[in-house]
Amino acid sequence: MTETILPNLAPAYGEILMAIGAMTLLMFGVFRGNKSTGFVSLVAAALMIVTLFVTVTWDATAVYTFGDMFVADRFTSFMKVLVLVASALAVIMSMQYFRDEQEERFEYPILLLLATLGMMVMVSANDLMSLYMGLELQSLSLYVLASIRRDSELATEAGLKYFVLGALSSGMLLFGSSLIYGFVGSTNFTVIGSNLVHASAHGPDIGVIIGMVFVLAGLAFKISAVPFHMWTPDVYQGAPTPVTAFFAVAPKVAALALLVRVLYVPFGELSESWTQVIVFMSLASMVLGSVAAVVQTNIKRLMAYSSIGHIGFALVGLAAGSQEGVRGLVIYMAIYLVMNVGTFACILSMRRKDGMVEDISDLSGLAQTRPGMAAALSIFMLSLAGIPPLAGFWGKWYVFKAVVATAVADPMATNYGLIILAVIGVIASVVGAYYYLNVVRVMYFNEPDGEFIPQKSFNMTAIMGLGAALMVLFLLPQINAPVLEYARMAAAALIS
Amino acid sequence: MEHFPILSIITFLPLLGVVFVLLTKGENADRNARNAALWVTVFTFLASLILWFSFDKTTADFQFVEKTGWLGDNINYHMGIDGISILFVMLTTFIMPIVILTGWDAIQSRVKEYLIAFLILETLMIGVFCALDIVLFYLFFEGGLIPMFLIIGVWGGKNRVYAAYKLFLYTLLGSVLMLLAMLYMYFQAGTTDIPTMMQYGFDTNAQTWLFLAFFASFAVKMPMWPVHTWLPDAHVQAPTAGSVILAGILLKMGGYGFLRFSLPMFPVASVDLAWLIYTLSVIAIIYTSLVALMQQDMKKLIAYSSVAHMGFVTLGIFAFNSQGIEGAIMVMLAHGFVASALFLCVGVIYDRLHTREIERYGGLVNIMPKYALTFMFFVMASVGLPGTGNFVGEILVLIGLFKVSIWTTFFAATGLILGAAYMLWLYRKVVFGELVKEDLKAMLDMNKREVIIFAPLIFFTIWMGIHPSTFLDFMHVSVESLITNHQAALAAVAETIAH
Repeated sequence: MTETILPNLAPAYGEILMAIGAMTLLMFGVFRGNKSTGFVSLVAAALMIVTLFVTVTWDATAVYTFGDMFVADRFTSFMKVLVLVASALAVIMSMQYFRDEQEERFEYPILLLLATLGMMVMVSANDLMSLYMGLELQSLSLYVLASIRRDSELATEAGLKYFVLGALSSGMLLFGSSLIYGFVGSTNFTVIGSNLVHASAHGPDIGVIIGMVFVLAGLAFKISAVPFHMWTPDVYQGAPTPVTAFFAVAPKVAALALLVRVLYVPFGELSESWTQVIVFMSLASMVLGSVAAVVQTNIKRLMAYSSIGHIGFALVGLAAGSQEGVRGLVIYMAIYLVMNVGTFACILSMRRKDGMVEDISDLSGLAQTRPGMAAALSIFMLSLAGIPPLAGFWGKWYVFKAVVATAVADPMATNYGLIILAVIGVIASVVGAYYYLNVVRVMYFNEPDGEFIPQKSFNMTAIMGLGAALMVLFLLPQINAPVLEYARMAAAALIS
Repeated sequence: MEHFPILSIITFLPLLGVVFVLLTKGENADRNARNAALWVTVFTFLASLILWFSFDKTTADFQFVEKTGWLGDNINYHMGIDGISILFVMLTTFIMPIVILTGWDAIQSRVKEYLIAFLILETLMIGVFCALDIVLFYLFFEGGLIPMFLIIGVWGGKNRVYAAYKLFLYTLLGSVLMLLAMLYMYFQAGTTDIPTMMQYGFDTNAQTWLFLAFFASFAVKMPMWPVHTWLPDAHVQAPTAGSVILAGILLKMGGYGFLRFSLPMFPVASVDLAWLIYTLSVIAIIYTSLVALMQQDMKKLIAYSSVAHMGFVTLGIFAFNSQGIEGAIMVMLAHGFVASALFLCVGVIYDRLHTREIERYGGLVNIMPKYALTFMFFVMASVGLPGTGNFVGEILVLIGLFKVSIWTTFFAATGLILGAAYMLWLYRKVVFGELVKEDLKAMLDMNKREVIIFAPLIFFTIWMGIHPSTFLDFMHVSVESLITNHQAALAAVAETIAH
């Protein structure tokens, strides 16, 4: 009977649409050449937005398909929305850049599409195999994107570095997966989870824990959590700026979504083991992200360290080990998306006569030459620093709220680790405030020097303006209520 | 309670001014922007007079209460004022037009941004005193850092960047610890509502830690020795208007915080740790007075004197009796007028000679009689001359403190003498003596705008001195209820220990 042979495709309509679209555009691009880049970019962005609506309309409780390898629930829809928004904005933001640099390549938007497709599969993965498939589709596209400017030494180096370290992390992930399969007897998340519950009478096998730690390490690489962060600053700096803008958000969201699912669905039973790992990664990322960024002069490197720090803060929510924590993490990533996209819209507008500039000092006196952009970038910086009443503060508020809740709820008060995590976390955010303020200082306190012609384009101005407005107005219930509510439903879909 | 949301209107009215300022264009943009800002702040003050006249002084309950849902999870938009906070709201709305007038001629670059920063700051400051939800409070409390950072950093003196950073990072570090404490309290009490939390009775062991976390924030803001070092830098580098706001209002947030949070919410820890406050305050009073004696820079001297005065405030608050607390509030109010005026006095001559070095002046009485008189009045007020608000506040604090600790009173009173010494020294150096320096001879006396600025400050300082009950009547019931609740909480704890 055909009904049983053909899997239920409905949960994956978005992915199917993306795949078909990407392949069609590829054919189109091959025949029309590089001059079709603008058109292909627009269609790619439109495709992502259509997919977004397809995803949003998916409003059911968890549905499994493709032999339970693929899941669609409220958590996946929320995360996919974030990924798609970030990717669509990245496509739009990069159009002007490549046109100005005369480096237009039609493969660029298509690679972005494919990477996004990979991320969507990652978010929906419910099996170690679909996990790996999505992850590799994403990673391979990203390696190419990092070095899309073939003649740039920095970009090539960035791509190569990313590829070598990425391959290493994929290897670790595969090794961990094979251990898990060997010890538990399945690659399916749900089955692993229930097997571990039954095994808990005599404790889990040490092999499972080792396997889990390897998988964790592989994923930590993708979200660039310390100690697997080494590639981030170089890749951020070396890759063309629009690619960096893409790297900073979408892959992080997807990998984090995957990490959350891996920790809660198959390994929910081992939470005591992984909490320690997460607490350490979170602490180390927050501290390193804050301290190492202080000495940076290149704004892209700065954003790299900033993203490491922010991943640390997002992991605080995971360390809380509760539904509230996951909700905090989800809210954090939504706000992180807007802050980063906005900041990169500003960075992409940094341009002198002779091309793009990346030094923070190039922003000198921007408040006088372009007050609007300076105000927007200041809002993003202060929001990244977590100064109330801007949105970045609320992100931190919800993750710390979750971790304090877990610590308070423990009657024996044994969770000193979480209290220490919270205290060090907030202190790291003060250190971090120093370098974000530095950008504000350069723009507002310094006099303009040299000729700085920020790119004026409607797209960038719109993204900046909208982003800044969202950051300021997030405290209004009209704006934050839907985010909070959907985040709650997303977290509830994963943990009951 | 459904009624006219007067508190929200007063709080957010300055934001309307921001819109007006942004709309100004063309040749006269700067002048129009100044006028718009001035009228909005004056109008805010007039609106706040409604509070003043319709306030019910016979109840300790919060009045003009507004409460609507905000973030869910029992976090509400909750505003209201009692007899303590109304005084600070009035102080803020009163000082703001003066602040706008202060920068009228002195600030010529980036006027619009300057005014916007001050207007946003006004909203945030009023909000701090009206907020009845800790999340809302924190938002206003911390948000004020951003405009203050810009005010010092953009329009400040030579070393402004350092000062702006110091202000920002010191305050932020204190506040994030308070934030964690707030989260902890939220999960204990299940709400972020301040009136509910005041009645909650937190676990006595946890109180110590919570108290210290809040202390970290308020002590920096106050500022108390040894975390006061940001203040002299900030004052010296800030433009005159920034100094006025800093001394006049921002410093009061620390004292207000102690009264609103520390005393009612952590009664046991407050009593247990009072020795710490006493020690730090006495050191502050004596040490900073001695330091003030050695200053070359006028603003720095007044900044150190602010630290000493704030020492009196903390001593009064932690005397736990009505004289002490009412005295502390009076000192804060009087200091709000007098310290603001002293910074304005410095600003007057700074605008003319562009230096604040004490040595560069001398003999101003010969050419600037109006100025000499004004300056003398405020020097005397700062010293605590009877007939001024400072005297009332300080004497009340000393009376309240005497009941608790005679030795502390002794040291605090010594500080008063030192205070007289450095202020009179400053006055003698700047105003008296021969007028020998050539460039001083061309200095003009105060103009009409400057007289207008000082007149209300002089008026209210004297009013506070000769008829303090105008102000004491407002706070009396609230302070009494604060003390009653405090003692009831202590008694309850003592009882549980006895059992």
